[in-house]
Amino acid sequence: MDAIILQILNGLDKGSAYALIALGLTLIFGTLGVVNFAHGALFMIGAFCAVTLNRLLTLSHQVVDETRTDFLGNPLKVDIPYVQDLFGEAAGATIIDWSVPLAILFSIPVMIVIGVVMERGLIKHFYKRPHADQILVTFGLAIVLQEIIKQLFGANPIPTPAPEVFRGSLDFGVMLGFDPNAIIYPYWRLVYFAFAAIIIGAVFAFLQFTTFGMVVRAGMADRETVGLLGINIDRRFTIMFGLAAAVAGLAGVMYAPINSPNYHMGMDFLVLSFVVVVVGGMGSLPGAVLAGFLLGILESFASMNEIKAILPGIDQIIIYLVAIIILLTRPRGLMGRKGVMED
Amino acid sequence: MFGLGKKDVTLFLIVAVMALFAPFILNPFPTDSGLAQFNAGYPDLMQRFVIFGILAIGFNILFGLTGYLSFGHAAFLGVGSYAAVWMFKLLSMNVLPAIVLSMVVSGLFAVVIGYVSLRRSGIYFSILTLAFAQMSYNLAYSVLTPVTNGETGLQITLDDPRVLGQSATADGGIPVTNLFGLEMRSFETLDIGPWAFQFSVGYYVAAVIMLISFYLAIRIFRSPFGMTLRAIRSNQNRLYYTGLNARPYTLAAFVISGMYAGLAGGLLACMDPLAGAERMQWTASGEVVLMTILGGAGTLIGPVLGAGFIKYFENIFSKINDQVVHGWVSFLPDGLEDFVVALIHPFVGKGWHLTLGLMFMLIVIFLPGGLVEGGQRIARRLRRRPAEEPAKSASTEPAE
Repeated sequence: MDAIILQILNGLDKGSAYALIALGLTLIFGTLGVVNFAHGALFMIGAFCAVTLNRLLTLSHQVVDETRTDFLGNPLKVDIPYVQDLFGEAAGATIIDWSVPLAILFSIPVMIVIGVVMERGLIKHFYKRPHADQILVTFGLAIVLQEIIKQLFGANPIPTPAPEVFRGSLDFGVMLGFDPNAIIYPYWRLVYFAFAAIIIGAVFAFLQFTTFGMVVRAGMADRETVGLLGINIDRRFTIMFGLAAAVAGLAGVMYAPINSPNYHMGMDFLVLSFVVVVVGGMGSLPGAVLAGFLLGILESFASMNEIKAILPGIDQIIIYLVAIIILLTRPRGLMGRKGVMED
Repeated sequence: MFGLGKKDVTLFLIVAVMALFAPFILNPFPTDSGLAQFNAGYPDLMQRFVIFGILAIGFNILFGLTGYLSFGHAAFLGVGSYAAVWMFKLLSMNVLPAIVLSMVVSGLFAVVIGYVSLRRSGIYFSILTLAFAQMSYNLAYSVLTPVTNGETGLQITLDDPRVLGQSATADGGIPVTNLFGLEMRSFETLDIGPWAFQFSVGYYVAAVIMLISFYLAIRIFRSPFGMTLRAIRSNQNRLYYTGLNARPYTLAAFVISGMYAGLAGGLLACMDPLAGAERMQWTASGEVVLMTILGGAGTLIGPVLGAGFIKYFENIFSKINDQVVHGWVSFLPDGLEDFVVALIHPFVGKGWHLTLGLMFMLIVIFLPGGLVEGGQRIARRLRRRPAEEPAKSASTEPAE
């Protein structure tokens, strides 16, 4: 029993990342009808927003500390971050420690700008082109973004730690009455899951309960009619693209402490996220979220030793296998609507 | 001639002459000149030109004709390589059985994958093929290690049986791949003045196979079968209404293109008897798509051009480093020189992927028909006849 709970928990953080990326992909597909292969790159840029903010905050100047000496006997030179000059030593250190959560605030405007520029500058010209062209141009864009990040930050993963308070692990089993150390779960992964749940809830609430969301949903159902009613649907869809980029970026920011960001992390997630979208059903937002968590949890179950003993290698292929089975038995995916991408 | 139309014969002969004289054509700069680094006439690169040409020709039979965008073609390339290396390990170092087996195995593989994937079309088909390719890739790295030798890659060793050949040469080395005694890696060097031209056996074997594949591709393009495939691309429903079931045709196209990929994989293993799982990774599949689009999908010569183009830039661009750039712009004043070098730096050497991505985007945006369309546009511009303009614009519209 405890092993099962542990695997479900383990699946949650990856599942959250899949769900967030798939949600953004589906938003873009549902509104603009564009298959965005550069979405993984947006996730990666989000993670590098966290890295950038961390680097900005730790920008420092050298001060000679007369009271201490280095090993040669000279006065020790100490790097003092500018943040500590501004806010005092303790507050500055706290700000640096909390750089990843702060990067959320930093990344939202950055990602929205990137998303809007992408849509206005490139994707706009591809609405009437075939899906294959859209896939190809966004694939090219993904390569370019990835290479730019590689030039700026290098090819090695950059460790980006979570705040001190979240670094430990929670003995989750004790709470449920199991033995101590049966279910150990890092705090940050819990935070990540909660964060993902909030973002997903916020996106759904935004679409469901605001006038803007209502118009966007109407536009997803019938773009032309909404346009005929005198609503500038293109502008709203552009904003939705920015929002989807922001969702992917936030998923990346918060993922930085779990996996040190590197330039190809976007591509690694992209392939799986596409599988998630297709399993959930092209154009279905609840489907994307459901499939994201489902596949994340399945993946972690498949990596249990007991299961690997029966079916060796299953952990490597489970997601693809499930995708193939679902696509063949339920061609529209779990929650796909009729008439979306049926050609 | 050979059952081809007049235009096709001309095209085929041009390609044949280009392929046979490639060691001259690709080696225009004298060996000791500063431009020698732009020469592409060395065996290793020329082999890759023709082998990836075969891969792209095969991919084009599927994508260019039926419009099914497969994102998992690298799986067949990898399977072909493994099959060929196993043939070297078990039977003999002759390349012929290896090539045959790699085509058969990848063909069978394509039947299975195609049978399942072709139930869906559009993006679903792309995702299904991608899923199969990633599965093969992951399995090759993990469970199938006894067959694939995991991360190390499959290699030939001294204690392989090789029932028809010998396990080791007389002097105790690992035997090399050959075609009835002609060693693949051997080459002749011809010195004419300052030029040195290299003629490699491996290259010519691959080039001849490429020409055969190209000829077959022309025949497929011009056949009723090819016409049916084009009909599938333009409107599958109408085809159903006329009483034709499209699936056997698409499956046939898929298997043919899978066998082309397997052949390319087998040839890669013939030139360098080594097979690794990274050949199956989805970035490799993306590369094939890139080559075909870059050259011009649906055209005969496009994929070959695209393959050559990408492989050339991969080799040449990645060799250019800062010193080389400094050498080019040394005539500029110092500050400006450093500035220009800093400007060029991100695009060459290790950054050539950036150039590739940019080039790819520009081509998809401005030249959806690839290099072939670019060539046609230039040709049209050169012999501009105002009377022809309206007729042309009407004929290139898709029939939707």
